[in-house]
Amino acid sequence: MSEQYKSSTDLDRAPVIEPGHTFGTVTEKISAIVLTRPATNGWFIGFGIFFMLTMMLLFATGYLFLKGIGIWGDTTPIGWGFEIVNFVWWIGIGHAGTLISAILLLLRQTWRNSINRFAEAMTLFAVASAGIFPAIHVGRPWLAYWLFPIPNTMRVWPQFRSPLMWDVFAVSTYATISALFWFTGLIPDFATLRDRTEKRWIKMIYGMLSFGWRGSARHWHRYETMYLLLAGLATPLVLSVHTVVSFDFAVGIVPGWHTTIFPPYFVAGAIYSGFAMVLMLAIPIRKIYGLEDFITERHLQNSAKVMLATGLIVAYGYGIEAFMGWYSGDRYDAFTLWNRLHGPYAGAYWMLLICNILAPQVLWIRKLRTSPVALFFISAVVLVGMWLERFIIVVLGLHRDFLNSSWGMYYPTRWDWMTYIGTIGMFLAAMFLFLRLLPAISIFEMRTLLPEAEVKE
Amino acid sequence: MAKRDPIYGLMAEFDSAQALVDAGRKTREAGYKKIDAYSPFPIEGLAEEIGMHFDEIPLTVLIGGIIGGSTGYLMQYWMAAVDYPLNIGGKPPHSWPAFIVITFEMTILFAGISAVLGMLAFNGLPMPYHPVFNVPRFALASKDRFFLIVFSSDKKYNPVETRRFLETLDPRSISEVPS
Repeated sequence: MSEQYKSSTDLDRAPVIEPGHTFGTVTEKISAIVLTRPATNGWFIGFGIFFMLTMMLLFATGYLFLKGIGIWGDTTPIGWGFEIVNFVWWIGIGHAGTLISAILLLLRQTWRNSINRFAEAMTLFAVASAGIFPAIHVGRPWLAYWLFPIPNTMRVWPQFRSPLMWDVFAVSTYATISALFWFTGLIPDFATLRDRTEKRWIKMIYGMLSFGWRGSARHWHRYETMYLLLAGLATPLVLSVHTVVSFDFAVGIVPGWHTTIFPPYFVAGAIYSGFAMVLMLAIPIRKIYGLEDFITERHLQNSAKVMLATGLIVAYGYGIEAFMGWYSGDRYDAFTLWNRLHGPYAGAYWMLLICNILAPQVLWIRKLRTSPVALFFISAVVLVGMWLERFIIVVLGLHRDFLNSSWGMYYPTRWDWMTYIGTIGMFLAAMFLFLRLLPAISIFEMRTLLPEAEVKE
Repeated sequence: MAKRDPIYGLMAEFDSAQALVDAGRKTREAGYKKIDAYSPFPIEGLAEEIGMHFDEIPLTVLIGGIIGGSTGYLMQYWMAAVDYPLNIGGKPPHSWPAFIVITFEMTILFAGISAVLGMLAFNGLPMPYHPVFNVPRFALASKDRFFLIVFSSDKKYNPVETRRFLETLDPRSISEVPS
């Protein structure tokens, strides 16, 4: 297909759906993945592996509850290790889903319609993976409800002047709104599945989930208003979430944390890693399920462009951090920079620069922006890079602060790794189930993109 | 319980979105008030054509947002300044700049929830059973067909006259909807 489009602008004008599709074929093609396509051995093997990793996560958390967080690598002075690194990494990945579903909806980017559904699912599962870490790292997880303003026998309340409390509200609101957005988006598609299936019990399940949706014009009108308002609400919300996460650091006085560049640079980094994850999921999904007609090269190219743009913002953030280390004249800030470049974790910092700044520059080449294989690998590199970024921020901030008497090193233990890899397994196992049980592409929004959907007054 | 009309309405089936919008307009112009249209995707302007003039959702969301925002702020004010004042870094108990973030998040949370619940409530959902599902062809309303219904509760409804009228709209088929 790339032969058709001689230049980049040709591809920008390419239809979002390949020509020749009708309401019927779009509906059949997407619903067939759920209703008629048999689960292959590949699916069972993939799901089996990720399910076992999920079990490993349960095992690691179970042991953690038994023994306490001493089994992790966290020590004084590094009280925040993998758990916060992974929390920030996962939350960031979730951001791309909301960006695609809400911000691109408001900007009338119709190409979003074929990737918003699974991107939103990705958001939900990423936020779920993220949420595990702060909940289990509190040391006494059975007291985690202290984070919420629940009346209690001690007659005390949470401390609302702390960014950690803001974070609780930001992340739980984000999880709730993302789930609502995703579920309401599914309602009309549940109705489609209910009407397509032959089996009575499947009809019952999708019928219940669809709330008895019948596609009345009045219902659609309220539905569209709701959807648009929800997008309008989710847009400032998603920008606030990583801003608040960055406050967790920026409000502290640790050198390397106490900076005003953090909120915008965290949000850009979040979208950067999120689009990398979208591409890593979209590329195999479109190939395996034959969805190249719906997730076209144009989608890949646009996602690559977003990745490149946000990657440059992130690079600017690193630049400013380094510049301020020198320009501020503050010896602790200057030392932070020196420590990153030459200290015990210098290898991680140089890797980070290669992964996040150098590697994505190849996306300036159009051939690579439209090559699924190349994009898949660049996305993987970016995800590693963004994980390293969080590692550098969290661990390097803490391990060399103002007094050399309180310097230390952080070494993750096997339990840290098992928990981290376990959340990746849980995330992918959930994606596997999602692909088989729910329509991975929004059917009703795809119908609106077809030329026959146009109505003249 | 009042005796219900055994016929819920007359339903015409169309092939395209354009045909449904045109049919909706003509039916309104012919004087029918209690009508509805069904489509597999949202069609801009169709709700207005069949006589919907007011959308309750924006107001619902506004009210939800105001309630959420004030709940968020007042909760923090009461807890941090009235019920359990705590000196944190010498800040005054009512340190409002620190309360902005949670006020904002609560606004979004309540507005979002009221958007979804409002949509469901005003649409009368969940409603697993509805008479239109009695028409077997109606299953196509979630795929590629477009339906228009004139309810038997309409004053102008007449089994013969209304059917004759619907036939002039050139539908693909016409079915009676049992209630």
